[in-house]
Amino acid sequence: MVSEHPDTTDDDTTALALKILVAGGFGVGKTTLVGAVSEIKPLRTEELLSEAGQSVDDTEGVDHKVTTTVAMDFGRITIRSGLSLYLFGTPGQDRFWFLWDELSQGALGAVVLADTRRLEDCFPAVDYFEHRHIPFVVAVNCFTGARAYGAQDVSRALDLDQGTPVVLCDARDRDSGKEVLIRLVEYAGRMHTARLLNSVG
Amino acid sequence: MTENGGALRDQGSRWYDGEAGPLIRPYALTGGRTRPRPSGVHLDLIALVSLHRDASMVHGDFRLGPEHRALVELCRGETQSLAELAAGTDLPVGVVRVLIGDLLERGCVTASRPVPPAQLPDERVLSEVIAGLKAL
Ligand SMILES: Nc1nc2c(ncn2[C@@H]2O[C@H](COP(=O)(O)OP(=O)(O)OP(=O)(O)O)[C@@H](O)[C@H]2O)c(=O)[nH]1
Ligand SMILES: [Mg+2]
Repeated sequence: MVSEHPDTTDDDTTALALKILVAGGFGVGKTTLVGAVSEIKPLRTEELLSEAGQSVDDTEGVDHKVTTTVAMDFGRITIRSGLSLYLFGTPGQDRFWFLWDELSQGALGAVVLADTRRLEDCFPAVDYFEHRHIPFVVAVNCFTGARAYGAQDVSRALDLDQGTPVVLCDARDRDSGKEVLIRLVEYAGRMHTARLLNSVG
Repeated sequence: MTENGGALRDQGSRWYDGEAGPLIRPYALTGGRTRPRPSGVHLDLIALVSLHRDASMVHGDFRLGPEHRALVELCRGETQSLAELAAGTDLPVGVVRVLIGDLLERGCVTASRPVPPAQLPDERVLSEVIAGLKAL
């Protein structure tokens, strides 16, 4: 099997961090959800897109790459000392997909936020995670007046694999957000166990 | 001698303001390097960086700048993820990755590697996470 340990270069600490992605269309409430459950004010990081840019000015022996940045916000939930959960709101635009590849490396799973008034906005995210076998739940952010559909309807409309959880939520509400995360972690655990059994049997 | 770079900032004697826009090209801080030096080491956004016993050497090394020291200071309180370090220093993740690479190389800090996808945490950890979330 895999002999490659997550061999940490650290000696004594065995701190573990888990990563959960929050994806979905533009303005669907990703940042709101991260903020609702995070114990810290959502922080913002910028990733430089130098590789995507071209011009390398070598005249001074130092390359001044033309860079653009894309912002990702993230929050943290400390489960206990040495075990924490990090939530990353993924950039919405399709052109930043290569960043998702990096973000989803080693991720425990993902929350795909959906708005029933424009369900199609979350198709790319659903596709992405399905293809990479990353466990995800669809969380329907119930904007006021949009609660016309049930979880079943959404599941059918998105043509989700059987078993993929659909949760109705309010991204602004902490308890609601917690519920979404719990469903995701439970589901990720089930998926992982199933996969292990498959690889044995 | 090493303090030159820091002095300007530390004294708050800024001759530019926020509206001047970014003054420094981000990778200028890394001497133009866009990749961390210990090649093969890729730090994940949630790689946890902690101080090593020998972190004080950061002060003696003239090749390390104020940003390196700022990173060391941030880690002094508690172990920090790469993402937090980037937010804490207001530097792009890519730049922090290179700077942390410098510190790793010198043994000032240690960093956890990302968990390979095949080895997601065991059920015990996941149960702990679920219980922890419920208790929030
Ligand atoms: N009424 C209502 N408004 C919401 C809800 N969730 C988010 N909003 C609002 O919708 C707007 C967009 O929310 P964000 O959290 O910024 O969405 P986002 O997905 O991070 O947006 P981008 O990062 O720009 O793609 C904000 O003004 C929120 O206050 C909700 O459940 N109900
Ligand atoms: Mg956002």
